[in-house]
Amino acid sequence: MNVIFLLIAASTLVAVIFLAAFTWAVRSGQFEDDRSPAVRILGDHKPTITKTNATTTKPNA
Amino acid sequence: MIERFQYDNKIVKAFMMATIVFGIVGMLVGFIVAVELVAQGTTTDAWYYWLVRPFTWMNEQEWLSFGRLRPLHTNAIIFAFVGNGMFAGIYYSLQRLLKARMFNDGLSWLHFWGWQLIIVAAAITLPLGITTSKEYAELEWPIDIAITLIWVVFGINMFGTILKRRERHLYVAIWFYIATWVTVAMLHIVNSMAMPVSLFKSYSMYAGVQDALVQWWYGHNAVAFFLTTPYLGLMYYFMPKAANRPVYSYKLSIIHFWALIFIYIWAGPHHLLYSSLPDWAQSLGTVFSIMLIAPSWGGMLNGLLTLRGAWDRVREEPVLKFMVVAITAYGMSTLEGPLLSTKFLNSISHFTDWTIAHVHVGGLGWNGFLTFGMIYWLVPRMWGTKLYSKSLANAHFWIGTLGIVFYAIPLYFAGFTQSLMWKQFTPDGYLVYKNFLDTVLQIKYAYWMRSLGGLLFLSGALIMVYNVWKTIASGKLIANEDAEAPALEKNYVGESSGHWHRWIERRPIQMLVVSLVLVAAGGIIEIIPTFLIESNVPTITQVKPYTPLELHGRDIYVMEGCYTCHSQMVRPFRSETERYGEYSKAGEFIYDHPFQWGSKRTGPDLHRVGGKYPDSWHYYHMFDPTSMNAGSLMPPYAHMYENLIDKEMIPAKIRAMQGLGVPYPEGFDQQAVADLEAQAAKIVANLKKDGIEASPDVDIIALIAYLQRLGTDIKQQPATQVVQAQ
Repeated sequence: MNVIFLLIAASTLVAVIFLAAFTWAVRSGQFEDDRSPAVRILGDHKPTITKTNATTTKPNA
Repeated sequence: MIERFQYDNKIVKAFMMATIVFGIVGMLVGFIVAVELVAQGTTTDAWYYWLVRPFTWMNEQEWLSFGRLRPLHTNAIIFAFVGNGMFAGIYYSLQRLLKARMFNDGLSWLHFWGWQLIIVAAAITLPLGITTSKEYAELEWPIDIAITLIWVVFGINMFGTILKRRERHLYVAIWFYIATWVTVAMLHIVNSMAMPVSLFKSYSMYAGVQDALVQWWYGHNAVAFFLTTPYLGLMYYFMPKAANRPVYSYKLSIIHFWALIFIYIWAGPHHLLYSSLPDWAQSLGTVFSIMLIAPSWGGMLNGLLTLRGAWDRVREEPVLKFMVVAITAYGMSTLEGPLLSTKFLNSISHFTDWTIAHVHVGGLGWNGFLTFGMIYWLVPRMWGTKLYSKSLANAHFWIGTLGIVFYAIPLYFAGFTQSLMWKQFTPDGYLVYKNFLDTVLQIKYAYWMRSLGGLLFLSGALIMVYNVWKTIASGKLIANEDAEAPALEKNYVGESSGHWHRWIERRPIQMLVVSLVLVAAGGIIEIIPTFLIESNVPTITQVKPYTPLELHGRDIYVMEGCYTCHSQMVRPFRSETERYGEYSKAGEFIYDHPFQWGSKRTGPDLHRVGGKYPDSWHYYHMFDPTSMNAGSLMPPYAHMYENLIDKEMIPAKIRAMQGLGVPYPEGFDQQAVADLEAQAAKIVANLKKDGIEASPDVDIIALIAYLQRLGTDIKQQPATQVVQAQ
């Protein structure tokens, strides 16, 4: 049953990754607003200017 | 500054087409195996004989028999249908949620073609019998490596997109996608560890009870993180979009996400209740499974309540109908799962068709219907047109729903019936149904009905193909969809910058602590007893490694997928020890790379079959099972009487086993072939006594050697020879 150490290590590793992700999410304010994100996804922002000749930018933000 | 960019719809289209094509294929193979399973015993005087003859014919072919096609069905549905469906949904929603095109078009297409090649490789190798026999992880090691690489490509593409996003907030769906990626990567790598023998053959790194634990840790979490979390993510995007209203509670979605991922990973041992796995590990699996009801139902309620005040629209909109049934099926199967994880219900349900019904409520209902709903929603939008026919979509919905009902309900009856028959004793203490076959013949009606259910479900999907086809013909693919969004402001430090701790102190600190406690508790509970008990697998001195002939026979057992119908795990119930013999001990499996406990008994358990019948019985039985058991549903294996034992591979197999710690003597690989031939000669001599002239060089001899060895070690006095027929 020594394999259980491997499974625990692997599972815990994943849990630690998630915990880190959670900590980051909280610290960076991901969960400050728990109302508007649900609404925001509903409106798909269509471009205001019709395209013809407009070049699309490829930002690396 | 407003930036203009384009969403990549072409890649979504590609994944969606693959979803549809492989969905149809996977369901068709499912229908074929369903009929194969029940049609085999059909006699020529049955009126439907010629109707089912194509299926029995397939079952008699080496490459198309049930044992080889069943893994193809499960892999096609999980990785080809749901897999591609997940990628289609993720590629569509991720771009829009992040207001960014996918990170790199090249990676997108590499991901797409790589995944399809893996599927094709699976479709070729599985019928050929190239399999590891670990359920839903049957693919051999070169394909496993390819899966890992393509998964990394997917990961880079996804995280790259997240990094270049124009939307600060990560919508909850994205968290589900991230959890999927991270966990599946780990599960796949840990469970696929194997010692290669050749390009097409490997032995699991783990043996017996340990292999079983790893496998079901994987198997359970594959359901969790391949079939559940990505689809919850899709639900959180497509359900609100289709209903055009925000999700019921965004807060709940976040809480249930974190709860789900921290609990799910510890529930795997519930697949091994009453097995040789240590009791404490079993109980732990049960406890976590029960806990899972809360986060699972959090998701279900959140999905359904999104429709509050809009239920009238469900009447008109097929997309919503599909999603409502999908989410309901999710709720039902995530309640049923924890219930089946209790020892009481598990003692009834395990190894029966109840399990099959359970997974199909999840597979057909949750994954299938959510995929269909998503496709009906996506196609008109991506092709800039209207759905060709709403009434055809409605027809699909009703036929599909009927299909689920016809599939699941008969199998619930079947599982319950068969299990009670297994356990039925006469007043004077004998088994009422001594012949296992009686319990199978009793439920044949259910097997026919579920085949019908599967056919209905497939027909519905075909209606969808036509509908999608016509819709696409009436529109034009918007390959690159224009979009614009303000650039993400850099160096963002949070709205309350410098004061993040205030928020943390309000609630998240409690959440942090709770999640830490959960993870630590799981770990500690599993670790401490292991320290207390020096070894959970007591070594039984009589248990010896397999002889080379038996080892080859075992490889045939694996190749033919015998484990898809036969278990090798006698549970400690009186009804089982009475029927099969002494219950299975953990120490008996220490040389089993991989373990062959199985998960379903369409045929009887085989762990104590060694010595139960004479060699000649097996010889006749494998050639034509009905010759020994009238009405048997087992297919014949004529090719085993022609295919020669691959002796050239034997030394490499022995060396691979030695590499895994199996104590063959030094240099045994060179004597292995001679050992094999000597044992084969003995079996041939045995068969001759019963009037059978057999060649010592064919596969069936090796299989007989393996079957006769099964479960006999503990009956031996130390240091004796192999027991033949009793």
